[in-house]
Amino acid sequence: MACNSATCQSGGCYREDNGDKIDDQFPQPPPAVATESTQQRLSNGKNSDSAFCIKCKLKESMAAAFSSSSASAQVTGGGGGGGRGGASDSSPYCGDCFRSNLYGKFRLAVTSNALISPSDNVLVAFSGGPSSRVAIQFVHEMQMKAQKNFDASRDRSLPVFGVGVAFIDESSSISIPAEKFSQAVEEMRLVVSNLAPPVKEFHVVSTESIYSSDSNNGRNRLKELLNAVADVTGKEDLLVHLRMLALQKVALKNGYTKVLLGTCTSRIACRVLEATVKGQGYSLAADIQYVDARWEIPVILPLRDCLAQELNILCSLDSLKTVEVHNDHHSGINALITSFVKLLQEENPSRESTIVRTAGKLTPFHFNRMPEPDDCNMQLASQRRQKKYNLKPNESLPPESPCRICNSPLKKSDVKSYKLENQIMSAEDISNGCCTSCQFQILPKDISLLEHFYSLLPPQMAARGEYSCLGEDRWLREQIQDCLLSDTEDGT
Amino acid sequence: MEAEEVAAKPPKGRFCTICNQRRAALKRPKTLEQICRECFYAVFEEEIHGVIVDNQLFKPGERVAIGASGGKDSTVLAYVLSELNRRHNYGLDLFLLSVDEGITGYRDDSLETVKRNEIQYGLPLKVVSYKDLYGWTMDEIVKLIGLKNNCTFCGVFRRQALDRGATLLKVDKLVTGHNADDIAETVLLNILRGDIARLSRCTSITTGEDGPIPRCKPFKYTYEKEIVMYAYFKRLDYFSTECIYSPNAYRGFAREFIKDLERIRPRAILDIIKSGEDFRISTSTKMPEQGNCERCGYISSQFSVPSSDFLLLSMVLFA
Repeated sequence: MACNSATCQSGGCYREDNGDKIDDQFPQPPPAVATESTQQRLSNGKNSDSAFCIKCKLKESMAAAFSSSSASAQVTGGGGGGGRGGASDSSPYCGDCFRSNLYGKFRLAVTSNALISPSDNVLVAFSGGPSSRVAIQFVHEMQMKAQKNFDASRDRSLPVFGVGVAFIDESSSISIPAEKFSQAVEEMRLVVSNLAPPVKEFHVVSTESIYSSDSNNGRNRLKELLNAVADVTGKEDLLVHLRMLALQKVALKNGYTKVLLGTCTSRIACRVLEATVKGQGYSLAADIQYVDARWEIPVILPLRDCLAQELNILCSLDSLKTVEVHNDHHSGINALITSFVKLLQEENPSRESTIVRTAGKLTPFHFNRMPEPDDCNMQLASQRRQKKYNLKPNESLPPESPCRICNSPLKKSDVKSYKLENQIMSAEDISNGCCTSCQFQILPKDISLLEHFYSLLPPQMAARGEYSCLGEDRWLREQIQDCLLSDTEDGT
Repeated sequence: MEAEEVAAKPPKGRFCTICNQRRAALKRPKTLEQICRECFYAVFEEEIHGVIVDNQLFKPGERVAIGASGGKDSTVLAYVLSELNRRHNYGLDLFLLSVDEGITGYRDDSLETVKRNEIQYGLPLKVVSYKDLYGWTMDEIVKLIGLKNNCTFCGVFRRQALDRGATLLKVDKLVTGHNADDIAETVLLNILRGDIARLSRCTSITTGEDGPIPRCKPFKYTYEKEIVMYAYFKRLDYFSTECIYSPNAYRGFAREFIKDLERIRPRAILDIIKSGEDFRISTSTKMPEQGNCERCGYISSQFSVPSSDFLLLSMVLFA
């Protein structure tokens, strides 16, 4: 897809690809200026080199812009909503190259891992923060390019993927002043409506909607459930799990085929340490890949290679509106880890990337691959780029059931095998169906409270348990089904 | 009945939750149980016995060297191991093995402590020094290469020194006082530094089984705080100053973090170790090969990598 035009809008051509051609694409500067800048470079040597973008070497780098005009408004690349001043906005790139580099990471993640296909309907989770704001922006740009391609193509063979945005309303679990909340929601709605065409639907989903009963009953059950969790960190983590359930529910209900999260490198670095200190080392690899297909609607993380700092810079550079819904005060262990990683990152700016790279060497699970598409060509192309892990589940064993609460794969040696007595959940059964981490920080310590706690769980979590108890018998039966002469066990 | 119970309660505090007879004297760092001293000694010692048995660390008749620095870990290790050896008839021949790195103001003082331990516990002592083995001291090294990365060197050299000392003593096994906090720190450090190879090895309770002297860590699940508590209550003689070069170590970050973590959730230390054990690291993952040093033939995975510091050091070593 070679292209010489600086104004080329075709979807397949991106400046990033034509690295060498960038110089050609810029209009030639008038000779006087060119000589001046060259002279400057020659005379000042190293100093002036750092004043220019290290990629295109033509425009001023953002670092230079910051240091030279700290008083002027020009500094952080535009005021607007997202202006976060300070040295964190400096970068050796110029604004354009920075943007194209960051978008390039997103695009590479999507294409290498086949995250979005033309027939998909993608639901982007929006928290209001900078990461998910950039996620929406980048998805929108990708969709626009696809749309332009579609409009320009003669046979219209490749459809354009659809995009929707969802915001999870947690106001019943986290105290947010009502006025601030409704204002925030309206701002988000505006952001989404401005990202058109193509039009994107904006869904506001409340956490209690995961309970199938009416909203009041749901809200009460949710409150009771959260109050039953004594551990502060456990409560926070439970909320995260409920958030995912809410996303899954709205995605299923509205016909979406993918859920897109704006999880960035920095967030994943924190997740790695959180999992480590909570004893979740076995299942860690499941949560940090590009693809998480253990959910009914697969979850994708295309911003996995982008640092939070980069996403913040982009928001201020392009004045992308972010909305603060509530003061994101983590407490307990999660807060400790966030501040620890921040400290490490200050000491060494590549620390977050190193943590994620290390964790990236852990063996992922079979569901960390996109379920195979029907298109053979796409399959081969994506397989070529993906690392080869032998990830097929062992078909001679019954499928492993995940933790009831956090949906993480359970280590075989941790699971005590049990058979249901008369298909009634005992306290021990409930406990055994959860990972050791959830057992400790989420389930109530008092065994007598376990059954009541189980009744408060949303149906999706309770259902996970049922499979693990009944599933093994059913699975065994399926294996020998064709040799059975009767339908019941006693042969009648 | 009630009046009796009220009268039986101690004047202040409550009963030990284990024996329910003696007054609770402390809160157990690992579990926050309020227990008496005797029960603390009992659970502390028996948990270690459990680890030794469950992991089959020793065989009867083995000659075992205890890496003794004079610090609290190795002192308590020597004390508890000789006690358990007696109580449960492990049938072991125990020795104290000490390494003198030549760090003034630190090592020379701690060695005095080990010499006292030899007498107090009746365990024969052998000291091996960097000066004798290599011809130089850690102080001389630091003068040459500065204060960064010196812990890495010292650790590598100490391991080799311990092996040589163990060979001289003709022992079958080496035990070190690495505790749960140490191992948890190491797991974190390896994640932070991208060392997947070390990450897969660092939680093993026994290492070097294919090498000259296997070594094991009976304190793998023992909390540092509990070791300190045990040494304090038992009035064990140990040297409690940190190495003068350690404030510059990167491990300091991990240590601070773990201290904060322990305050929020004590069991997190064991959880980190569990995570380390459970990490899915494929055996086919590309690991740096554990080969042999080109110069001296000792096992090494890194030494042959040329770096300015190592080159400088080898000039000092072999000049």
